Amino acid sequence: MSKVATPEKIKAEVKDLNFHYSAFHALKSVNFPVYEKKVTALIGPSGCGKSTLLRSFNRMHDLYPGNRYEGEIRLHPDNTNLLASDVDPIEVRMRISMVFQKPNPFPKSIYENVAYGLRVRGENSRALLDEKVEQALRGASLWDEVKDRLNDLGANLSGGQQQRLCIARALATDPEIILFDEPTSALDPIATANIEELVTELKDKVTILIVTHNMQQAARVSDYTAYMYLGELIEFGVTDQMFVKPQKKQTEDYITGRFG
Amino acid sequence: MNTVVASNKDRDLAAIRSLIQKHKRWDAMFGILGIVCLMVGVLTLIALFADMISTGGQRLSWEFFTNFPSRRAGQAGILAAWVGSTLVMVVTAATAIPLGVAAGVYLEEYAPKNWVTDLIEINVTNLAGVPSIVYGLLGLGIFVYTFGLGHSILTAGLTLALLILPVVIVATREAIRAIPQMVREGAYACGATTWQTVRDHIVPYSSAGILTGVIIGLARAIGETAPLIVVGAVTFIAFLPPASGTGEPAAGVFDWLFADFTVLPIQMFNWTSRPDANFHANAAAAGLVLVLMTLAMNGLAIWLRYRMRKNIKW
Repeated sequence: MSKVATPEKIKAEVKDLNFHYSAFHALKSVNFPVYEKKVTALIGPSGCGKSTLLRSFNRMHDLYPGNRYEGEIRLHPDNTNLLASDVDPIEVRMRISMVFQKPNPFPKSIYENVAYGLRVRGENSRALLDEKVEQALRGASLWDEVKDRLNDLGANLSGGQQQRLCIARALATDPEIILFDEPTSALDPIATANIEELVTELKDKVTILIVTHNMQQAARVSDYTAYMYLGELIEFGVTDQMFVKPQKKQTEDYITGRFG
Repeated sequence: MNTVVASNKDRDLAAIRSLIQKHKRWDAMFGILGIVCLMVGVLTLIALFADMISTGGQRLSWEFFTNFPSRRAGQAGILAAWVGSTLVMVVTAATAIPLGVAAGVYLEEYAPKNWVTDLIEINVTNLAGVPSIVYGLLGLGIFVYTFGLGHSILTAGLTLALLILPVVIVATREAIRAIPQMVREGAYACGATTWQTVRDHIVPYSSAGILTGVIIGLARAIGETAPLIVVGAVTFIAFLPPASGTGEPAAGVFDWLFADFTVLPIQMFNWTSRPDANFHANAAAAGLVLVLMTLAMNGLAIWLRYRMRKNIKW
């Protein structure tokens, strides 16, 4: 990965990360950097561990018993190891937000969906919430569509709008990184194109990690790509170079559609 | 070879059709059987209801609700009984709802998934099947003798709360399990603690299901007789529990909790055991009131559930 000369700042570093679901060794010595205000895509066939890796970044695995991390994810500039047992997963989730595979708005109003992260942080000032909600909805390109019905249920929006609502929810708390876990897999092509456009716009403000099973999507939206297979990181590099001239045979087979 | 399962050229359409006919006869037969089984229950209920109306219907008057029991069947009423039933239900609901919901939430959202939790779960489920008289003995031992609460509304309400606690816990857990994991993860991903997730999401989204369970439990409790006889409900009572601020000296806010009481099913039982047939009419009328109270509670449950679910879509 040092083959690419990069002036970019590193936002996070995965160092020798191993992950176990009880007896299953799901991630094997994964190492790669996450560059600030860039989109990094995690690709690979089903079961390769890309979602597992993504969910390590906000300690989602802590919600379930029997999961075990080894190694580090260092978040800069403070160099905190996100996986350290003395780092509270809630603190991690307050710094890194997440957008899920299927839109999962709360059965509450559009406004309350976006405001939830702020409410969790004890913010109750109406003026500040109003401002942040508008900002986040604008950031998620949803403001114009919903500004007149902020009190409607989030579930009454279309699938693509719901996903943008979830992006607004993730944006509202000014996260350092946003994790996207196959955000378009439940959406139609037009909604998918909207989300992809949004992701490219968002990278000016925030660092993005995106899991996708769609290689074209990775090629379209990401600056860096990590190719994973059977829990191992096979190749990491600048997306344009990786898709044109992969270093490893395995990567080439996958991105040319020979398997996976 | 069977001509129904055959290659295209010698497929016997007539055979296929007669086979379908045969299968459809079974369909129809099961349908008829189902209707018969359903009718056994429905008709029995209608017959019971009609019997109560014909026997006790003419006893239902304003005086029936405002009179205390009397030696003369024509003047006897259910004032003490329906007030007693209502107050006992208030105590039962006020106790069973917070305890049951908290226990259910704990088991679903907080408890580690291990054999201790499994054991508790099995026990809770089994508690729902314990005969109600056992709860009566428990109430007598704990609330009357140990805590010295007397043969009071409080004792009765607490005893019935124990009785319906498993129902509330099981209903709470089932309602919580219906919430998709994605919603939970969404809340946690925003940085919520378990308590924030429970308060802002789990309880509000499961409240319709919890409420249904609570009302089913209360509908069971309101018809219970055995445990209340054990804890000392009286069968003849000619006064109401003291309303707070009334009487001389003025009764305190909670004095009614410690009053003697009777409830509708006990009043019914008392009347049916008398030789005078006029009292049997009273019993039927009281039974009618009890059934209508239960139906009203179930109706309320359906209405509340509909209203609460309207805003919840996944």
